Amino acid sequence: MNHRAMLPLLMAGLAFSFSACEREQRVFDPPQGAASAPKVRLGSLQPGQPMGTAGEKAPSLPATPYTFEGNAFAVSQGKRLYRWFNCSGCHAAGGGGDAGPPLSDDRWIYGGEPNNIFASIAEGRPNGMPSFGGHIPEDQLWQIVAYVRTLSGQLRKDVKPGRGDTLQASPPEASRQPGPPKGGKAMDGTEAR
Amino acid sequence: MIQVQDLEPAPAPRPPGNAVPPTQADRDALEHTWRDPQGFVGWFSAINHKTISKRFLLTTFGFFVAGGLIAVAMRLQLMRPANGLIGPDLYNQLFSMHGTTMMFLFAVPVMQAISIYLIPLMVGARSVAFPRMNAYAYWVFLFGGLMLYAAFLLNIGPDAGWFSYVPLAGPEYAPGKRVDFWAQLVTFTELSALLEAIVIITTVFKLRAPGMALNRIPLFVWAMLVTAFMVLFAMPSVMLASTGLIMDRLVGTHFYNPAQNGDALLWQHLFWFFGHPEVYLIFIPGLGFLSAIIPTFARRPIFGYTAMVLSLIATAFLSFGLWVHHMFATNLPEVGKSFFTAASMLIAVPSAVQIFCWIATLWTGRLNLKLPMLFVLAFFFILVLGGLTGVILASVPLDLQVHDTYFVVAHLHYVLLGGAVFPLAGAVYYWYPKFTGRLMNERLGRWNFWLFFIGFNLAFFPMHLLGLKGMTRRVYTYPAEMGWGMLNFTATMGALLIGASVMLFAINLWRSRTRGQPAGPDPWGGGTLEWATASPPSAVNFEAIPVVYGRDPVWETADHPPSRPEAVAGLATTAREQLVTSVLDAQPDHRQQFPQPTPWPFISAGATSALFIGSIFTPWAVVWGAVPVAIALTIWFWPRHDETAVNVALEKSA
Amino acid sequence: MKGILRGAVRAVQPVFAGALIAAAFGLQAQPQDVLAPAGPQAAHIQSLWNLTVVVCSIVFAAVLGALVYVLWRRPRADISALPDLSVHMKPESAAMRSVGGAVVASVLLLLLLIVASVLTDRALAHLSLRDALHVQITANQWWWEARYDDEQASNVFTTANELHIPAGRPVIFSLRSNDVIHSFWVPNLHGKKDLIPGRTATLQLQADRPGVYRGQCAEFCGLQHSFMALRVVVESQAQYEPWAQGQRQPAPEPNDESKQRGRDLFLGTSCAMCHAIQGTDASARRGPDLTHLASRQTIAAGTLHNTPDNLARWIRNPQQFKPGANMPATNLSDDELKALVAYLVSLS
Repeated sequence: MNHRAMLPLLMAGLAFSFSACEREQRVFDPPQGAASAPKVRLGSLQPGQPMGTAGEKAPSLPATPYTFEGNAFAVSQGKRLYRWFNCSGCHAAGGGGDAGPPLSDDRWIYGGEPNNIFASIAEGRPNGMPSFGGHIPEDQLWQIVAYVRTLSGQLRKDVKPGRGDTLQASPPEASRQPGPPKGGKAMDGTEAR
Repeated sequence: MIQVQDLEPAPAPRPPGNAVPPTQADRDALEHTWRDPQGFVGWFSAINHKTISKRFLLTTFGFFVAGGLIAVAMRLQLMRPANGLIGPDLYNQLFSMHGTTMMFLFAVPVMQAISIYLIPLMVGARSVAFPRMNAYAYWVFLFGGLMLYAAFLLNIGPDAGWFSYVPLAGPEYAPGKRVDFWAQLVTFTELSALLEAIVIITTVFKLRAPGMALNRIPLFVWAMLVTAFMVLFAMPSVMLASTGLIMDRLVGTHFYNPAQNGDALLWQHLFWFFGHPEVYLIFIPGLGFLSAIIPTFARRPIFGYTAMVLSLIATAFLSFGLWVHHMFATNLPEVGKSFFTAASMLIAVPSAVQIFCWIATLWTGRLNLKLPMLFVLAFFFILVLGGLTGVILASVPLDLQVHDTYFVVAHLHYVLLGGAVFPLAGAVYYWYPKFTGRLMNERLGRWNFWLFFIGFNLAFFPMHLLGLKGMTRRVYTYPAEMGWGMLNFTATMGALLIGASVMLFAINLWRSRTRGQPAGPDPWGGGTLEWATASPPSAVNFEAIPVVYGRDPVWETADHPPSRPEAVAGLATTAREQLVTSVLDAQPDHRQQFPQPTPWPFISAGATSALFIGSIFTPWAVVWGAVPVAIALTIWFWPRHDETAVNVALEKSA
Repeated sequence: MKGILRGAVRAVQPVFAGALIAAAFGLQAQPQDVLAPAGPQAAHIQSLWNLTVVVCSIVFAAVLGALVYVLWRRPRADISALPDLSVHMKPESAAMRSVGGAVVASVLLLLLLIVASVLTDRALAHLSLRDALHVQITANQWWWEARYDDEQASNVFTTANELHIPAGRPVIFSLRSNDVIHSFWVPNLHGKKDLIPGRTATLQLQADRPGVYRGQCAEFCGLQHSFMALRVVVESQAQYEPWAQGQRQPAPEPNDESKQRGRDLFLGTSCAMCHAIQGTDASARRGPDLTHLASRQTIAAGTLHNTPDNLARWIRNPQQFKPGANMPATNLSDDELKALVAYLVSLS
């Protein structure tokens, strides 16, 4: 055996195995944050019965870190919740946008980092985005965040879900690349690039 | 005008041929010609069928032990109700790995492996047809199995069962790459099985000793021939199914997506069209083992040879018409299902013919109850019981109650272990002296047998009752109030006994290599041609290929007229030459040069594996991975000057 | 002598097996038992089972008997004994007749079983469906939704995991799946039927004997396939009607502060995102309908008995009982949980 070939092979193997470890993990019982409501709500809508905010003394959401960037199970759970909680009702099933802005392009009105997306979902946003904080447990929120990021082609290819067992109007997330912004003016009045 | 002879290089002298009986010089030359190359690279270059077969057997035995350990883990979890030893995720991976290992990595490959050793010896050939492809098939199999277990150890083991029903195994409900590794394992093992089938068919059809007409070949060879044809028709179905699954998951096709005019049942049809013949692929070689062992230990030729052959062929044909009995609980039309009930019951008839013929052989023979016969007798008990529960399952109403319960688990283990593993164990005890030159220990063997027999029945008989009492399959635990605890505990005890017996078997295999009683060429007094070779056979198997006049050539050589030819003289001793004969009557046709050892099958298998494994992650691997495969195959097949020179010399001689 | 012993041991095995089977028959009928039919469909199947087992046992005994005879009475030989090649010369007529006769007998017995099976199929299909109840079952990972259909739309109601059916009245189950393949199986009443996404299957059965029967999903459907049970309560029409009427009513209003607080928590935290309670704003269908949760004997698809304690522990962390289930843990405080459970316990 060629010894010089061993080291890169070993590194590739280790890299593969570490990525495999993370992608395939199934954590059924992730730690929950202590807080159960966001500190502020920036939208007037809430699903179900409106409940209050956490107040000044409570720690602000999120209480737990985002760990799902490389986890295929969490992303697939997020995809299920995206449909269950009717995100597709405003953002469309493939994230193309409808009443709500598209999630499949690389334009993020309120920021596209995981923390930003989390805040947008938990706090709600003006002009129609409901505030889900306290209505969706934190670990599920992070799952949705991970899935939303796949809609715009982020996350590693092997982590992103393939096609769903539904009508498919858009390419599977696994084959998406980050795309240019869609549509005309943004909500804040700026033009799409 | 240019003469053809002017263009060619001067021919080399024709290599000398063997004499009848072969001289010591012949033997030495043939040993030198046909042996495996030495050294590190030589180890990867070996293409002798016995070498490949031994590696193959060791590998499949390793997978058997791995699958068995997984089963023990499952049984330990199910030993008590509400047991917390193994959680649902790991348990799903365990039963998927157990099924996949036993069905794809053990049951069919071990039969092909043992037949790769025995068929050339039984038909009087010096090697298999296509020895390099044989080696390639082994390496592909090994790499596929290693890939699966590496995946399992990395938490990417399949978790949707060995049958991966969609939509559970589809892209939406099976996230990650677990099912993709399963689907590619199928590709590996099916490629290997298809290639081995081609090797077996060609060897049986074209490389038989002169005079060994098709109605004189041993029943074991018939069984493997029939199995090989079944492989050719069954494996493509599962390759198609798994390719569709890979494509659904990787590139977003809709074969199994009901919302876009795909069909979840399409998977079941394609899979079971393979899956049902698959179990006969495992069962029929077991029948072949019995037909080889029983005549030897009943001291008479088998009763009803023609009926036995026709039964094998009928079983093979019928087995392709049963697959829907795995789908009786779906909403397919009821009248159609009744057809499959009739077919599933009637396939018992050819198997019954075989069993009655064996009993007739034993009834009219004189019995020698050595160890291989014990395993044969166990077959009659276990397989017949399993076959009868199969008749129960063939009926739609009965199946609707016991389908997907432990009743089916009991049935399948009774037929697979009774019909294949027990005969296989008997076959190992029977042919071990041929492979190694030493007998296995009889006393240890009897302990092995009884532990296996008792452990097996203790483990699997209670499962019939569990199924009738409502316990479904693939559950990682069950509530205490169901009353299933005692039967499950008993089954676990049986499983542990089986484990102990397999350990004894392994110890016996290992120790007998050095401490077993030396065996001559024919320790059991068998009648087929393999017992005419040395134990273990020399590299060339037959220094002089015998001429065959009956079904039990070794028994029949005793009284024959001295005028008739006994063996073939004149085949080259310093080149790898074999006699190719006609398909039906084995009349000599021509002489064929066979290839030299080469490492390129190994390298090609590596390139193929890289292509398969890469295509789990990206479809471009099929394109870019084809390049090294094409290069390796080209180098493999590129003619070599020295081989061509020898070939020309062989052709040109008068 | 050894041969006789071996033969005897082999002969004893089926007797032992038969004893086990007899013991199984005689055991107290469990609520999920193939051999304890409570309705005509399961009874037809049991009749076929009895016939088939008798035929198969006879065949098994015959084959083993032949083997025992061979082991007991046939001469022995060792490897030095010359093989008997004279069989090539003479036709073995006695053996041919015996084998031929055995094959003919096998074919006839198999034909008998085929005919019996087809006749049983017909009997199963000929269940009278007059005045049948229509129930639509939708399987989910890992629970059962049951919608009782009616000509009058206002009589339609939905429940989950626990079915009540009137004794002596046929029920037509229409079977669908929302996700993967499941299988509906209540062995005391009928064989199973797979629920396949994209297809609607039908199962027709009738329960004659009142009692509580257990069913279980019988097609591997993922992480919690083991805990996807179904409870079928068969009761007289006089008991069934009030139950059905009760199920049609909306949830009772909370009558004290604790229950009121519980309802506010239900609607204001994550419960209402997945569960419906008729009579409130919660109308999501992602989890079981909880309108009459307190009327059920078990929760979590038969996993736990329906007691306030179990309910509290289930809500606190379902993953403790069904790891991988779709219901997340909740992080309510102890007081909040107490109030929520008080409300849920009032939903009879």
